[in-house]
Amino acid sequence: MALSGLFLIVFLLQHFSINLMSVFSADLFNEVSHFMGTNSVIQYALQPVLIFGVIFHLTMGMYLEAKNRGARPQKYAYNKAGASASWMSRNMIITGIMVMLFLGLHFYDFWFPEIKIKFIDGDWSGMENGAYRYWDHTHHKFVDPIRVGLYCAAFVFLALHLLHGFQSAFQSMGWRHQKYTPVVEKVGYAYAIIIPLGFIVIALYHHLIH
Amino acid sequence: MSEKGMNLTLKIWRQKDSKSKGKMETYPVTNISEHMSFLEMLDVLNEQLVEEGKEPVAFDHDCREGICGMCSLHINGEAHGPDRRVTTCQLHMRMFNDGDTIHIEPWRAKAFPVIKDLIVDRSAFDRIQHAGGFISVNTSGNTIDANAIPIEKEDADEAFNAATCIGCGACVASCKNASAMLFVGAKISQFSLLPQGQVEAKNRALNMVKQMDLEGFGNCTNTGACEVQCPKGISLDNIARMNRDFLSASVKK
Repeated sequence: MALSGLFLIVFLLQHFSINLMSVFSADLFNEVSHFMGTNSVIQYALQPVLIFGVIFHLTMGMYLEAKNRGARPQKYAYNKAGASASWMSRNMIITGIMVMLFLGLHFYDFWFPEIKIKFIDGDWSGMENGAYRYWDHTHHKFVDPIRVGLYCAAFVFLALHLLHGFQSAFQSMGWRHQKYTPVVEKVGYAYAIIIPLGFIVIALYHHLIH
Repeated sequence: MSEKGMNLTLKIWRQKDSKSKGKMETYPVTNISEHMSFLEMLDVLNEQLVEEGKEPVAFDHDCREGICGMCSLHINGEAHGPDRRVTTCQLHMRMFNDGDTIHIEPWRAKAFPVIKDLIVDRSAFDRIQHAGGFISVNTSGNTIDANAIPIEKEDADEAFNAATCIGCGACVASCKNASAMLFVGAKISQFSLLPQGQVEAKNRALNMVKQMDLEGFGNCTNTGACEVQCPKGISLDNIARMNRDFLSASVKK
């Protein structure tokens, strides 16, 4: 759980970095997207690892939740769980499921069409009407205010998930140190707020400049 | 000079035995002194019930000074009640106000089945200890004095802190997953930090974690509730140390 979580945290940073390019330069975003979408190592080695990482994290998360719920068949009639643990730490399954539902929409919007164009239609050129299609496709997706709203809401759930998940992954791996753990916690909070907020800004940017 | 006592409404879990279905029952108690301990307040209730010809409420207790780990009540939604770093026997009625309703339940966990009313069976902890919470010492007459082995002060202090765990089960009771990892982490740490504990170090982590899982405790998701509710302030450091020991023993297996 922790290892796959840390792996996804690293992936998220990479995803964010490329998305951020779409704000500053359409050409740069197109170049990098084309490289990511057509490079053999990324497509045939790293992409399957990522898919496995996502599926493993989701499956293990739900398996652990089911097992942990089974460890207390009789609930307390009166419980004050908030007195000793944060909402984020107690509701990872809720924020996780919300992110998972978002992934369904995100795959429908971007990943499935990409897979269709490349692997079913056999078009690896990345071109449409004589120019790269990546920036236009991305930009077009954020015209619909409902979709933008759903994306922004999902990033809030992602932030809540990361607020606990980042430092929790280190603890599960046994990486706890009097000197370094407070640093990990601070970096975790910064990451959990800055990255999802950045994704929100990018989505709003594409919506507003349309 | 007499002082006015508190009048309270107690909502207590009553369960005849392990096979019966229990339920919350309501009892009023009057004239409770703020200087009483929580268990003394329950003693007053039980005297009242006995006088009324009713079955007194069964609850665990022994030393009543916070060192034996027998008392185990979930009070107003928190293990050992609203105070911090205290067991139920050290909780005083001054933490409550006149007219309060107090909810009292046993620890809730699959691995801690209710025996009667507020008493749960915590022998799962004993079986985890039996699986590896010990060191093998030669008692044939050649035993080396423990003090003859120099130990760094920081390690000795941390081992001692881990050893202050009284095994009350508040960690399990307060964890949303009913996980016993703070208890097991402490019992592993108190040996793994010392040279005397190195002989069985590898098997200790593997065997105790295996037994913990067999007993039906949940898995740690690092909410930190156990550390907050632990009457002895056992640190999450011990869970991280257990995770390290377990991971390293699994790799070397």
